[in-house]
Formats: sequence, C-alpha cells, structure tokens
Amino acid sequence: MTLLAPDNKLLFKGPDWDFDLIRRVHDACGEIAINEMGLDPYPNQIEVITTEQMLDAYASTGMPLFYRHWSFGKEFARNEALYRKGYQGLAYEIVINSNPCLVYIMEENSAMMQTLVIAHAGYGHSHFFKNNYVFKQWTDADGILDYLEFARGLIAKYEDRYGQEEVERVLDAAHALQSHGIHRFPRKRMADLRSEQRREEERRLHGEQLFNDLWRTVPQGKRKPNADDDARRKALLGLPEENLLYFLEKTAPRLAPWQREILRMVRMINQYFYPQRQTKVMNEGCATFVHHRVMNRLHEKGQIDDGAFLEFLHSHTSVVMQPDFDDRRYSGINPYALGFAMCCDIERICTKPTDEDREWMPDIAGNGDAYGTLRNIWANFRDESFVSQYLSPECIRSFGLFNVHDDEEEEDMNVAAIHDERGYRKIRRALSKRYDVAYSDPDIQIVDVDLAGDRKLILSYRVLDGMTLEDSDTDKVLQHVADLWGYDVKLVEADDSGNVRAEHAASPRRPFM
Amino acid sequence: MNIIDRRLNPGGKSFANRQRFLRRARAQVRKAVREASSSRSIKDAGKGGEVSIPAGGVHEPHLRRSGQGGVRDYVLPGNKKYIEGDSIARPQQGGGQGSKASDSGEGEDEFRFALSDEEYLDLYLEDLELPDLAKRQVSGAKSVQWRQAGYSVSGPPSRISVPRTLRHSMSRRIALKRPKKEEIVALREEIEKLEREGGQFEALVEKRKALEQIILRSKRIPYIDPVDVRFRRLESNPKPIAKAVMFCLMDVSGSMNEHMKDLAKRFYSLLYLFLNRRYEHVDVVFIRHTHEASEVDEQTFFYSRETGGTVVSTALFEMQKIVRERYPVDQWNIYAAQASDGDNTSSDNAVVLAQLRDVILPICQYYAYVEVGMDDEDDHPGAGEPSTNLWRAYRRVSVDAPFAMRKVKHRRDIYPVFRELFARRPDGVAADGA
Repeated sequence: MTLLAPDNKLLFKGPDWDFDLIRRVHDACGEIAINEMGLDPYPNQIEVITTEQMLDAYASTGMPLFYRHWSFGKEFARNEALYRKGYQGLAYEIVINSNPCLVYIMEENSAMMQTLVIAHAGYGHSHFFKNNYVFKQWTDADGILDYLEFARGLIAKYEDRYGQEEVERVLDAAHALQSHGIHRFPRKRMADLRSEQRREEERRLHGEQLFNDLWRTVPQGKRKPNADDDARRKALLGLPEENLLYFLEKTAPRLAPWQREILRMVRMINQYFYPQRQTKVMNEGCATFVHHRVMNRLHEKGQIDDGAFLEFLHSHTSVVMQPDFDDRRYSGINPYALGFAMCCDIERICTKPTDEDREWMPDIAGNGDAYGTLRNIWANFRDESFVSQYLSPECIRSFGLFNVHDDEEEEDMNVAAIHDERGYRKIRRALSKRYDVAYSDPDIQIVDVDLAGDRKLILSYRVLDGMTLEDSDTDKVLQHVADLWGYDVKLVEADDSGNVRAEHAASPRRPFM
Repeated sequence: MNIIDRRLNPGGKSFANRQRFLRRARAQVRKAVREASSSRSIKDAGKGGEVSIPAGGVHEPHLRRSGQGGVRDYVLPGNKKYIEGDSIARPQQGGGQGSKASDSGEGEDEFRFALSDEEYLDLYLEDLELPDLAKRQVSGAKSVQWRQAGYSVSGPPSRISVPRTLRHSMSRRIALKRPKKEEIVALREEIEKLEREGGQFEALVEKRKALEQIILRSKRIPYIDPVDVRFRRLESNPKPIAKAVMFCLMDVSGSMNEHMKDLAKRFYSLLYLFLNRRYEHVDVVFIRHTHEASEVDEQTFFYSRETGGTVVSTALFEMQKIVRERYPVDQWNIYAAQASDGDNTSSDNAVVLAQLRDVILPICQYYAYVEVGMDDEDDHPGAGEPSTNLWRAYRRVSVDAPFAMRKVKHRRDIYPVFRELFARRPDGVAADGA
C-alpha cells in the first residue's frame, strides 16, 4: 500500500484494493451514513468471494448455505450458462438480512465499486433490514443462519435415513406450495428461529417417547352424527385456511413425522423471504439513495477523486435506468429507478417544496428534515403503502407513467389515465395495487374436508377481476397437494357472485405415508 | 466490522445440487447428448458443451394466475403520445404489454445449460463396459500414492498432529510435576488472606517463597516443549496403473472410399474416448494394409492413399510383431478394432482365420470388426447377412472368443453399433458375432 501524504484525504487511487482499504472505506462511508444521515444499520461482516462462489450463492437464493435440492442445481446451471455466454452480468454484491449483516463482495470489483457496494449494502440495505416494520415483524435476523444450518443438516439426515428420492419428493411438493405457505397476519410474536429449531426437536422426541402401537388397536365407539357437525369440524380444523403448507403439515392424515418436519422447514424459510417481496422498491430505493448520497459526499469531501466519481456515475446511472414501455429492454418497472426517484423526490419535497407538493403532501412538504422523514418512511411503510402515499405528481410526470385498462370483454385496451391532473390519483392507485402482495398472489384457501366420507379436501380460489388460474401449473400443484393429503382434492375457481369459472381435481398418485 | 476472505474456500458448493439436477433430468439430458453428438466433428466428440432439454421435465410448478383474460390494469412508464381515453389494440400474443409475462420458467420451451467434459462423456458412454476390463492391473510405476503412516518428530507445520502433541505435552508435564494453574491461584489467595488478616508473618514469608518457587518452576517447564511436537507422517507408495494399447487396423486399398474411411474413423475415435476413460494411459497404434501392412501415423492412416491388392493377414502379422516388440502381454491391455469393406484375397481367408484364432485373440482383451459399407446399399444393419469374403471367414470364429463384428453403412449407425458392441451384459461378456 502506498502511503498517502497527510494532507491527501483520498481513500484510494486507481482500481486496486486490499483489506486495509476496505476497512478505511467502510469507516468513511459509516461516517457519512451514520453521523450525517442518521442511519442505524447492523454491524457488517464483509466477505470477499469469487465469481464461482457468486454463482453458488445465486443458486441458493443468495444465502450462504442452504439445504440440497435439484432445483438449486438447475438454477446454477441456468445462471452459469447465461453468465458464460455473456448474456448476464453478475451482481456486484449480495447482502443477507442477518445480524451481523453479511455483505458479499466480488473480488474483481474495483476499489470504487467496493466503496459503492459497501455504502449500498452495508449501510443502505442493512439499515432497511434493521428498521423496517415488515422485517421486524416477520424475520429473525439473529437466527436465520443457524436455522439454515439446521435445515441443511435435517435434509442431509433424512436423505441418509429415507433416501434421496423420498426426501426429494416431499421437497418438490413443498416447493410447489411455498408461495402459499405464509402466515400473512401475525398472530403472535413469531418465536425466534433458534427456539423454533429446539421446539421441533423436542416435539419429535416427545412423539417418539409416547408412541405406543397398542393405541391403534383400541376399539372406538360409534359417534353419533351431530347437527352442527359442519361448523364444529371447520372450527376444529381451523378452516378456512390460506396457509396451505401449514394446514397440510398439521392435518394431513397420512404424513410421517419427518415429512411434516420438512414441510414446516420450507414454510419457515419461506416466511423469512416474505418481507423481501413486499419491499422491493423501498429496499432498493433506500439502498440506492444511501449509496448515491454517500458517494457524493465522499467526492465533496475530497475522499474520492474525479475519475472514481465518474466511474461511480456510470454504474449508478445504468442501475437506475428505466427503459420506456416501447423500448426493447423494457421488462417492467425498475424497482431501483422508482425507489431512488421517489426517495430523491421526498427529499426535494421536504426541502424545496412547490405549491403542488404542499397540496399533495402537506404533512412533509417543507418540513426541512429530509433524512428524518426518509428514515420514518423507510421504517413504517412497504411498497404498496409507500407508493400510494408518496408517489408525487412530479415523479409520475418524470416517469411519464400512464395507466392502461385491459378488459377481456372489450375489443381494445384503453388508456385509463395519463400523467395529468385527472390521472395522478388513478395511476397512483393502480401502481400501488400492483405492489400489493395480497392482490398479486392468487387467493387460495382450504375451505372444507369431507371427514365423514371420502376425506376429500376442498380448496377454493377467489377469482378476482376475472383472472383465472394458469391451468397446467395448477393441475401439477394440485397433484402435489393430493399426494401430501393422501386422498382426493378439488380446487374450485369461483368469483364473488358465486359463478364457478373452473374446477380442478386430483387423486393421489403415490401418496406419502 | 469483520472482513473475511472466502475466496480460498473450497469451491463447488453447488456440486451436490448439480448432481441431483442431472440425475433428475438424466433421461432427457442423455437424449440431448446423443443428439448433440451426431452433429459434432470427431475431434469434439468427447468435449463437454451446451445442451438443451425440454423445459417441461424440470419445470417447477406453482400456483399463479394465467397471463390472459380478465380485467387488468397496467401502469407503464414513458408515455409519449397517449391521452386519456385512447384505444390501444391488444397485442396478439402474451398477456398484455405490461404484465410480467416472461417470469422465469414460463414461455421457455427449452432449458439450456452447459455440461462439463466429464459429465458429457459420462452420459455419452453410460451403460457401456469394457469387456474383460483391466485383467492385468500391472504397474506402470510412475505414479505414487501418499498415505498416512504413523507420526514423526519432524515435518511441516501444516502437518502437526495436535492430539499427539498435546498428549506428549501432558505426560511430560505430569512427569516433571509442573505446577497447575489452580495451585498458583490457591496459593495467591492464601497469601492475600494472610495479608488481610495480618500477624503470622513467618507463614506469609514462607508462602511467598513457595509461590515464587512454583512460578519459577512453571516457567522452567513449559506448557508445550519442542520435544512434544509430533507430525503426521506420509509415506509414498507406488500406485499400479492400468495401461491399454489400441490397435487400429484398416484396409486402405482402392475399394475403400472416403465415406467408408470416415465411418471407420468415427468408430476408432469412439473407441479411443471410451478406452481413455477406463485407463489412465492409452497408446494407439495405426496399422494400414493393402497386400502388405505397415505401421503409420494417424495422418497417413486416414488420409493417404495406397494401391494394391488386399491381404488382411498381413495386418494381423504386423500387429503380432508390434505386440512382441513393444507391448508385453503381461503389462498391457490390448484392444483391436479392424475396419474393412470386407474384401480379401480368397486364398488368404484361411490364414487370417488361423492367425486371428491362434495368435491375436488369445492376447487381446477384445477384438472388434466393423464392416463398413456404402450408404445406398439396400439392406440395413441386422437384416440380412453381408456375404463378403472376410465376413464369412470371421463368422467361423468361436462364439466364446472376445470377438465381435458388425456391419455399418451410415454415420448415424456408428454410435448404436458401438453401444451394442460394448453394451453391459449381465454376465459381463461383450456381444459376440452377429
């Protein structure tokens, strides 16, 4: 490392970096992020990895360790092929919501890039993870890595005991249902994952101790049919239930204890990822805003030189680029672009509001405390509420957002709203709805079980705005449900007025037992 | 903040998942590999590469809405000319422009990915077995194997055996009566107590002296001494390797045209690949013959022309000579593949048969004869017996011998014939003559 002259405040010169430099950069970024912006991130653990390891991480949904399953191998093969051919670059970093916050940085990043990444992930994302209410409510940052370790060990143990193929079958079924294995409404404070892991083991031990095959042979008297059997049965089973995995884990009659445990594990891990889906725009917006501010301040303070700053601007602008809808590169609204634009806009409204802003957001307009306002927003909103509260007309205009209404019944689609006085609210509402997971995930519930008869399980899908389920996938997933349940299952697609739009049925091919 | 360098961590974290994936898609990948190989040149026959399989087999279904139908609202960026109330024609395919129609999985008919050389060959040559594999696993003595062999007092720091070292250290400490930490602590406490209580001056002095003594003693007798240190010792063992030699015999007389030679070449390259996977070391010997035989290099073997009659036995004698000179039968696994259009001088047939039966077959692990023919000949492999000179002679080779013969007319037949010749048999014996 070259010694810099004492009056030279530059953190680095040129693209090379070493560990000492990372440390200095980390401290310099922290100076700005914590002292100037008032952020409150987790402590960081920065890990340097290679391209190959980055591909590995991609395959296991970004986590440093995961249980084994073929679908991760498929993901790896896909990314590797894309990467080798140059169709797809690799992310510069991966950040994991844990305490301490794990930040993976690639070895081939330049010194500027490492600075950017540390500001982005180590301060931006980390602050968001620690303070946003959805993450606070749903995830256990202290326990996730231990739980994954446990999950990995569990799967490995079962593979030894019951064979790879048997375990794979359960995992396949659980994965097919994982989007419907989430508790959307917190009942009580989720137990942290560590005690969750202990509880699972205790439960199994207890079950094994109490097991006595004799009980099976005890004759049971005939039960008299009851008038309000229906209501009683539903209450007993906790129906209707939208968490399909939870219901199957608890009530499927033929599953072995270890199979239930796998379902539970997949459910737990998926619940951990649930907040990420709800806060994509805000999370990236927060991180991008933070790195943008930190890099600008570093440049102002003379800690990075003009060359590095230009390099930064180049990669920053390509990250927040939003192609127009008729552009070949268009693939939906870029969460980085929208999030960053909205955060910048909020800062503007706080410090230099126009009359329009005063009218639209009287509570924050001109309050002068941009960072405080942003911190508050980052803590208490998710994408849906964030957009519906803070998407300003200014922002709508700069993106040129417009709303297209597509009704199957009509011959053409029509433009319902554009970025003008009459359209702002409509656009805001429509966009906010797109980010509402409760709307975008199909609403499927288990409504009844024919306990007295053939044990058929009945699910219902509430057809919203005439959108039915994708046929072939639904049949395949339903097949998994039938295998797990062990008896016939039926899925009815009906709209609010009771019209049945479609029905799917499946019988267990090879039930789990 | 911590910085951890993970770059040196062992790679291949996804290896187990990749294996599971390949196992899952095995049938499809195998099919893709076979198809891909038919369009490849000989040189690349054994290279890994990209294959694509139908996405359906490895599709992961999940519950989602279909991309079409119903009432939808899209919000799109970059409006240029639309005003409220404008109509836009619905795009023909796909679920409207704004929807995320191509979420991963959907809309892809094929799943493309790359196989490594190893994986590719594995699938390509799956289920094949060398007849009489490595009967003689005799040493080439070049490679060595390291294995653990006890402990030594010297070695590199990386091989220190911690349990051993500590065990020695402990026995030495016990033997030399090194004072324990607890003793020192206890003595110190006693002194403190005495100091606090006052009086008993003599006892205090005595204790202090004792403390000084044992501290000195514990310094003199170190916790770990260089004499304690033990290293795990490695010993080298020569590792036997299996060697194979492959003889390529070909008729290069005028009746063999380019097409036939190409077929033969394909067969040889397959065989070479196959042997290479089974043996650490494979030699290839090319013997061409007309009415006389000679050993040549690969280039000459495949591309130069010779004129002359056809006397097959010369090649067999040449092979016998080379084996005697260079490839001692007790050290080498010998394989031979002969390609010919079936012509032979009639008077030579008996000589060929005798030479093959009495000399060549007993020293060979396996001898494969491929009769190459023209594309336009009307019969197809298996149906109808060829009736060339050589074919008729070879038919008289006994069924038990490590010998097989097939007729090939088209490029696409090569691989199936090859598979058939080396297919795994329940009793371990390779295919015999047709």
